[in-house]
Amino acid sequence: MKQQDFEQSYQEQWQRLERLLNGDTQTSSEANAEFPELYRHVCHHLALAKHRRYSPHLIDRLHRLVMDGHHQLYRHSARFRYQLVRFILLEFPLAIRRNSPYVFAAALLFVLPIVLMGVGCYLNEELVYSVSSPQQVRMMESMYDPGNEHLGRESDSASDLAMFGFYIKNNIGIAFRTFASGILFGLGTIFFLLFNGVMIGSIGGHLTQVGYVDTFYPFVIGHGAFELTAIVFSGAAGLKLGFAMVDPGPYSRLTALRIAGRESIAIVYGAGLMLLIAAFLEAFWSSSQELSRTVKYSVGALLWLLVLVYCGWGGRSRRGSQSH
Amino acid sequence: MYSERLERLDTQYLVETAEGIELQAQLAGPVPRALAYLIDVSIRTLVVMLLSLPLMFAGKFGTGLMLILTFLLEWFYPVVFEVFRHGQTPGKKCLQIAVVNDDLTPISWGTSIIRNLVRFADFLPFAYLAGLISMVLNGNFQRLGDLAAGTLVIHRSQSDEPFSLPQASPQTPPLPLDLEEQMAIVGFAERHQQLSDERQQELAEILQAITQRRGQEAVTYLRGIGAWLLGAR
Repeated sequence: MKQQDFEQSYQEQWQRLERLLNGDTQTSSEANAEFPELYRHVCHHLALAKHRRYSPHLIDRLHRLVMDGHHQLYRHSARFRYQLVRFILLEFPLAIRRNSPYVFAAALLFVLPIVLMGVGCYLNEELVYSVSSPQQVRMMESMYDPGNEHLGRESDSASDLAMFGFYIKNNIGIAFRTFASGILFGLGTIFFLLFNGVMIGSIGGHLTQVGYVDTFYPFVIGHGAFELTAIVFSGAAGLKLGFAMVDPGPYSRLTALRIAGRESIAIVYGAGLMLLIAAFLEAFWSSSQELSRTVKYSVGALLWLLVLVYCGWGGRSRRGSQSH
Repeated sequence: MYSERLERLDTQYLVETAEGIELQAQLAGPVPRALAYLIDVSIRTLVVMLLSLPLMFAGKFGTGLMLILTFLLEWFYPVVFEVFRHGQTPGKKCLQIAVVNDDLTPISWGTSIIRNLVRFADFLPFAYLAGLISMVLNGNFQRLGDLAAGTLVIHRSQSDEPFSLPQASPQTPPLPLDLEEQMAIVGFAERHQQLSDERQQELAEILQAITQRRGQEAVTYLRGIGAWLLGAR
């Protein structure tokens, strides 16, 4: 068949598919019924045109049609809202437990410097200056000075919101960076975990050493439940990514990286959500002046319990009752 | 094979679909991608600047909103566009490139978020050096984020302007032509608007020994053969 006959015979089908793809059709259900069949026809036409070496212009046109059709047919449907509930109740805690080796490794990399620097700065009051400048230390001290009229910082609802914004940008940013830099064979993640551990440990140890215990710990215990665990989780996600690069196992390095990426991004979503909660708590709960220390300690302890139980046992009963 | 060698040299990317069709795409290299990125950065900066003016007068409340806004723009500006605008941020749209999955299907939330979070690692140690190294070492111009997400950046050409064959009466070829020769002559006829007249004459006169024609006459004759090969009688 000569090219022009070919074009004439099928022109109508191509134009119909073009119209369907551009979306100007009568009813969507009618279009939906017609589309797959039409698409496969045009795929066939493209194959014929290529085989018969018809002119590039025609092949280009058919190729573009097929490409657009391919995009249309193989679009991933995103049912986001339903997924969110399912994700929180089921997938996130399961993903964490599936990757518990990475979680424990990240926890170790984060908690160890906290403990070491904490004890170090508590015993040696000079040590804090090896990681922070005197100005930074003075600012930290002034924030938690029990002699202050305002704990933490001056507090009203507007500045609470400003801090909420700051915690979101800063903390979730840290989590994202901790995860992302894991692709460099895990080195970036390890650096961020150690670095943040050292900073947090040194501040905690120093403030304990100068005796601001009653202001510092009630402030941090509540949101710390979400914030510190979320940093560990994003670290775990980064380590998983890095480990896929270091030891891809039975896969090629690229495939291993992609599989690890799919899995670890779920953990990053969860860590992001937890940091959102943490930012909210830190801005509106931890900074509150009216609440007594007892309340803050007990609620803080409850939140820690909640987070640990959620991560350790979340999604378990569901999996038991309808296992598939 | 001829086509295999071409594949290795070319920036062409091929995927076989379930329909047994080979889809192909032209991969976008570092230069258009960097330009698209620059456009996007400018747009983002402009948005931040425009919004920061009114928010400056909103005091601490404004500061809080501003911080949340810059956070969202920093991490999710590309994600939103890539998911809702067929893989194209405004910058990518300007340069007619787009992000797709490596099976050439449209990008979804999960993959877009991975590639844009890992962007931070691509940026290290400065000015996207890691990303550039990854692109150059990798056959498909993928930066680290693309590798982790399994995505590609391809050229997305706009549809061609309507196309017409030149006016020429169909001519029977003076001797049997093989496929390659037929394609060359058909291509010559079809591209009559893209080549200058002088160049067309020059090309047509290569065949002077066979066609025995010179100048515009040779061009018209070849166009006639092209039309005949396409099926005109």
